[in-house]
Amino acid sequence: MNWLPVTVSGRIYALLLLILALAPFIFEWINQPFYLDLLSRALILAIAVVSLNLILGFGGMVSLGHAAYIGIGAYCVGIPSYYDYYNGWLHLALALSVSATFALLTGAICLRTKGVYFIMITMAFSQMVYFTFLSLEEYGADDGLVIYSRSEFPEFISMDGATSLYYWIFALLLAALFFVHRLVHARFGRVIVGSKFNEPRMQALGFNTYRYRLACYVLAAMICSLAGMLLGNFTGFISPDMIGWARSGELVFMVIIGGVGTLFGPLVGTLVFVVLEEVLSAITVYWHLIFGILLVALVLFGKGGIHGWLSLLDRKSKAHD
Amino acid sequence: MAMLELNGVETYYGTIQALFGMSLYCAEGRVTTLIGRNGMGKTTTVGSIIGTLACRSGEIRFDGSPINGKPAYQVAQLGIGLVPEGRQIFPNLSVRENLIATAANFSRSDDPWTLERVLEFFPRLCERLNNQGSQLSGGEQQMLAIGRALMLNPRLLILDEATEGLAPLIRQEIWRRLEELKQSGLTILLIDKNIDEFAHIADNHFIVEKGQVVWQGGSSELTSDADLKARYLGI
Repeated sequence: MNWLPVTVSGRIYALLLLILALAPFIFEWINQPFYLDLLSRALILAIAVVSLNLILGFGGMVSLGHAAYIGIGAYCVGIPSYYDYYNGWLHLALALSVSATFALLTGAICLRTKGVYFIMITMAFSQMVYFTFLSLEEYGADDGLVIYSRSEFPEFISMDGATSLYYWIFALLLAALFFVHRLVHARFGRVIVGSKFNEPRMQALGFNTYRYRLACYVLAAMICSLAGMLLGNFTGFISPDMIGWARSGELVFMVIIGGVGTLFGPLVGTLVFVVLEEVLSAITVYWHLIFGILLVALVLFGKGGIHGWLSLLDRKSKAHD
Repeated sequence: MAMLELNGVETYYGTIQALFGMSLYCAEGRVTTLIGRNGMGKTTTVGSIIGTLACRSGEIRFDGSPINGKPAYQVAQLGIGLVPEGRQIFPNLSVRENLIATAANFSRSDDPWTLERVLEFFPRLCERLNNQGSQLSGGEQQMLAIGRALMLNPRLLILDEATEGLAPLIRQEIWRRLEELKQSGLTILLIDKNIDEFAHIADNHFIVEKGQVVWQGGSSELTSDADLKARYLGI
């Protein structure tokens, strides 16, 4: 059966996807519906992290403002719902178009900078989004906005109910992973990956790298807005708190934990982050302290993140053969 | 007619002037060389031509129209391919990806370079196709860098330090390949130090000293003039 993954890490990822696909049944069987909630939230974040990894991992664009697109996606559900427009296709179209427009306008400016300036300017733009929503009294300002009903997809699959929403999330996560995989291995993606290492060289080979990077930035923002749209539906409540730069920082950490510039790294990183957060906060209220130490240790000793460790297993099993 | 022409080009790094009125030309279908000691402005000249360095005054013409001030990607699209100093292979792409990621037919050739043709041209790359760019020997890297430039189907190929740091046997292979490229009608601007090895394929030489051309002439004049070599090239 040569369609099965051959590497150890590939098998682990395949098993992980299988478990995720069966998760609602597993949690029902062990009678722990709360875990489905936790997993739903983790997978929503994973979509955002997969999209961040597209620009950060493959493109070398370290954005500290990616959570803005989660917020944009969520408010594209919240604000229409506030006016009793519950059509999901409308929400989806709004989320994709607003995030693409915002990413195009801000990315056009951000991508003229490099390194630490890029980090600062992406953060500045996301803070602008944060304070914009914070000042919109009509939509709850810092109290947030309650969404009374989930997006409606008439004559399509409903989002109502924990299990069907979970499968919406899972399906969009798979779609995001597949899309990123195909994009990165297409010539477009190879140009992005090449530019990360040597941009002047890519330009001397005839590529306007600025446009390529901008296109990549916009695509990542659009994928991230899907996560926002799902999050709005999942929590039934949105507030500017989802957009703050600390949130963006968490997304960056999830990428690093999982493995920068790998396909499944972001998914694994997000799962580990969310689970650790849950477990540690059950042990002590000072869980941030333990979490911080773990993160420092990971950055110091765990080069390549969890994917890096798994690929060590690949090499070991190869050596055995 | 000259395909590429530089007239009085002056280029600065910040406030430091590197080129002091560089003037040279590349005739179509010929191999032109730029020689001189280190730090004399050869690579700066290349950077000015391909648009990675901005020249402050003077003029660079390709096919008769000025190209100075154009961004590097536009210059490349006009048909100038570069094999840069130090190869500059993308280490995070495989050999195959290095070749095909940027492939284009900028000269609108009827018989363009393809992956198959490049592999026929440099058979050593065949067995390395799936290796990462970082896993190649110097010679293989140089073959890949030349192959990558050919995959753009340029009209002018610039090689900056074509054989620097390569073993004699590899150098011989590179020279043979460049000779084939010349016979196919490609215009080449070559920078290298092994004058005796490439003199027979080159047509016209420009010696650079302190940011300008101090001598120009044919291969026989260059190789027979020991004084010239001693004075400007330190050989």
